[in-house]
Amino acid sequence: MENNLINFILVPEVSLSILAISCLMYGLFSKTNSFNKTTNFATLSLLFVSALIYLDFTTSFAFFDNFFSNTTFTKFFKILTSLGAAASLIISKKYFIDTKINRFEIPTLLLFSSLGMMLMISSKNLMMMYLAIELQSLSLYVVASIKRNSIESAESGVKYFVLGALSSGILLYGFSLIYGFTGHTSFDGIFITLSNLNELPIGLIFGLVFVLVGLAFKISAVPFHMWTPDVYEGAPTSITAFFAIVPKVAATALIFRFCLEPFGKFYFEWTQVIFFLSVASMFLGAIAAIAQKSLKRLLAYSSIGHVGYVLIALVAASDQGIKSASIYMFMYLVMNIAVFSIILSLKKSDEYVEKIIQLNGLSKTNPILSASLTIIMLSMAGIPPFMGFFGKFYIFFAAIESKLYLLAVLGVLASVVSAFYYLRIIKNMYFDEAADNENFDFHINNQAKLILFILMFIISFFILYPSLLTDIVSGISLN
Amino acid sequence: MIYLEHYLFLAAIIFTIGVLGIFLNKKNVIIILMSIELILLSVNINLISFSVFLNDISGQIFAMLTLTVAAAEAAIGLAILVVFYRNLGSIEVSKINKLKG
Repeated sequence: MENNLINFILVPEVSLSILAISCLMYGLFSKTNSFNKTTNFATLSLLFVSALIYLDFTTSFAFFDNFFSNTTFTKFFKILTSLGAAASLIISKKYFIDTKINRFEIPTLLLFSSLGMMLMISSKNLMMMYLAIELQSLSLYVVASIKRNSIESAESGVKYFVLGALSSGILLYGFSLIYGFTGHTSFDGIFITLSNLNELPIGLIFGLVFVLVGLAFKISAVPFHMWTPDVYEGAPTSITAFFAIVPKVAATALIFRFCLEPFGKFYFEWTQVIFFLSVASMFLGAIAAIAQKSLKRLLAYSSIGHVGYVLIALVAASDQGIKSASIYMFMYLVMNIAVFSIILSLKKSDEYVEKIIQLNGLSKTNPILSASLTIIMLSMAGIPPFMGFFGKFYIFFAAIESKLYLLAVLGVLASVVSAFYYLRIIKNMYFDEAADNENFDFHINNQAKLILFILMFIISFFILYPSLLTDIVSGISLN
Repeated sequence: MIYLEHYLFLAAIIFTIGVLGIFLNKKNVIIILMSIELILLSVNINLISFSVFLNDISGQIFAMLTLTVAAAEAAIGLAILVVFYRNLGSIEVSKINKLKG
């Protein structure tokens, strides 16, 4: 019995919820400002939980009437989520203190939202999926508007809340239709009911489309992307870093599992929707970013574009597609952490850099920094020999293997267009003169420096040893 | 006699009113919150009527969970709205225009 209890506590999600609650209690009852301690505690607990996931403490239990799935796919994405959340806490700690939003609620809420994301990745039942999505997004609505004296932050909170709640409502309406027409809420039950059908009844098609629309809001695929640039710009940059890094990964894993597990048989019905979302996201992400002046809006459109590429892998709906999407999400995570760790520590005339023009002349004063930013931008644009190239390569490879030639060609075209705005940042840093003589001020704490160094190493030298990642990924499957 | 279709039709109408309320409303953010509640209520009607006609309890459990989450969502929405009001002194939808580009 006692042994059972310890095993139960060591289940990653259970221990993360216990740690999150203790973080909340500590912050609530400590007399002084406990931001530093709670942030360190949250970072360590996320690292601890990712170790628990890696060591696989879940298998000995059959939980909650089959609400919970534990496969190599969910393990990989959960480790990505928890490591990404930990890294985003580390890189943004100094920004929080500098801008005086060092409240203990931030690490606590981010822990709860990471818990929601991990449950989301593992959910195997519509009820569980809905509750996990809500746990994740309710925490994020609050952190978006956490800078209470800023109009922009409050406005981004309102926008995020309204559109997020609308998307949850649409998602839930889809769930109710799926439940009504199959009689099940579990993925397995839906799968069994659907395998007896020859074609989808009209009610189920409606349900499926509603759910896909709701999920497209969560991963911010075009045409449901409207909230992304505004929320990214309005929220404090450290929160933007979290938004860009973590929830995308979790929501992508969820849309893959939802499409391929219960609805795997009716491949043709949902690929039409995903095909459109994918092409639209790639092109809008590439074209709309060209006109942007704000660095955060640019990164928002860039993340919309990246979502488009990952959805190519979903349209491919093959084993290779799942693997290439896992590789791509890993690379997306690495590149975004790297770029945000630079943005979050770069100041000019005592203000954090948020406009692209402010980067003018960076190479004169900080050559190493601008070289790293150049490498990251080239990698995001998918130019070899850097890491981002391989992500796109595997995705297009999967598309061609599934005979999706049109999608692969469109993907390459969008990638060429998007190279323009990545290269423009490089041009700003190297060839444009700064308007004033203010010096750049690059302050980064040691842990963030270590993370940036490791990530730059991975981005630059991935080409030498790609099998390190592909070996891990080759074991990934949904079952 | 009232059949399943009638309930579904009612739910669809309420859902549509909710969605339109979000998009057509030009005045007040509180109305948006009310529309979100309408959407969630329409889902509850759907779930419970399916549950009764399928003779399966899980739809009703789902509806209870939805009610709980709807309450939490309304609380957080109002809290964010209070922050917004303190900054701008108004909750008109047309004032939500600082961020664009």
